[in-house]
Amino acid sequence: MTAAAGGRRGDSDVEVTLCPGGPMLLRGASHVVGEDGARHEVQRSVVAVCRCGSSARAPWCDGTHKLLA
Amino acid sequence: MKLPRARGPVSTAVFERILQARDVLAGPLRVELASGDPIEDDDLQVTLWALYELHYRSFEDVDEGWEWAPELLAVREQLEAPFERALREEVRPQVAAVVGAPGDLADRLFALTDSFEGPSLAEHIQRHATREQVQEFLLHRSVYQLKEADPHTWVIPRLEPDIKARLVELQFDEYGGGRPARVHQALYARALIEAGLDASYGAYVDDVPAITLALSNATSLFGLHRRLRAAALGHLGAVEATSSIPCRRFAAGIRRTGFSDPVAFFFDEHVEADAVHEQLALRGICAELVKATPGLEADVVFGATACLTLEARFAARLLEAWDNEEHVVPPPRQEAQVPA
Repeated sequence: MTAAAGGRRGDSDVEVTLCPGGPMLLRGASHVVGEDGARHEVQRSVVAVCRCGSSARAPWCDGTHKLLA
Repeated sequence: MKLPRARGPVSTAVFERILQARDVLAGPLRVELASGDPIEDDDLQVTLWALYELHYRSFEDVDEGWEWAPELLAVREQLEAPFERALREEVRPQVAAVVGAPGDLADRLFALTDSFEGPSLAEHIQRHATREQVQEFLLHRSVYQLKEADPHTWVIPRLEPDIKARLVELQFDEYGGGRPARVHQALYARALIEAGLDASYGAYVDDVPAITLALSNATSLFGLHRRLRAAALGHLGAVEATSSIPCRRFAAGIRRTGFSDPVAFFFDEHVEADAVHEQLALRGICAELVKATPGLEADVVFGATACLTLEARFAARLLEAWDNEEHVVPPPRQEAQVPA
């Protein structure tokens, strides 16, 4: 999937961590723009963004990647 | 909360002592444990639960001065030793299969939590459970969920700064990210109330069997001993890594049986939160802890498997009763409610 993340104090403060076989963790982001163009506000200090494309709660990871293996 | 009812000679002796004012000269407390499985021993588990509780919210009828009384710590140690031995014995083969195996520890722990054998309470709740079974599930869970996150918080000061920062980051989310109404314990209390249950702390301790108390006691055992800090973090990892998908099923079952959204919300929240937390706990915390201190690997895996095996026993207990159209703990009778 494609997702754009917006930073709270500028994009340089956003930390992106790619989890092997799992989601992308974002720290310091204020919102994520999903594939549908909708803006999803970040509600917690770290969020997991879906990378497998199968989440029922996109753009957020809901653990579904574990059922795909 | 008041002290629970005693369930045998050990709890009777301990509870009699702590219902009196703290007496520093009272001397040792001699108790004799029954033989048999400590995990299923009601007397042992309720005594342990109450002794641990002195360190959490405690009891309105117990003098706070008892918390560090040496004779109570001695009894606690006498109860903890067989409990810990039984847990280690129960998971020995699974621990041996994971410790020292090739591959990244986080990947091995994900594989363990994905493949651990046990009946699925979540699938039953999602598809088949009655309203009363959903209520019963919620009331058992209340014993731990109303102190959710607290046992793992004891570990924070025992860690090096980098792992500590990761654990605090995770716990901050458990405690609502600074918003009191979003504290997971508070979300659970709300779910209980909306499901027609008693949300006061410890309300169902007198009703639940030893295995339900053991789920809570294992986390306190790991959390309250520095030497078991790695087991506490492994336990945390297993909780988080077995949460997202089951919580989606629990939420679906809760709605299917006609409960309101606030009952399901606790589980909705955990679908998303724990998809984050499982990565933080297994990759950021457990794997990093062991990278820094390789000698802790066995205890990380022990904590994770102990969590999984107790959950499996708990699930089997409930499902066996429900298969026979019985309850382990009958939920309170409800006035007929028409789902909205």
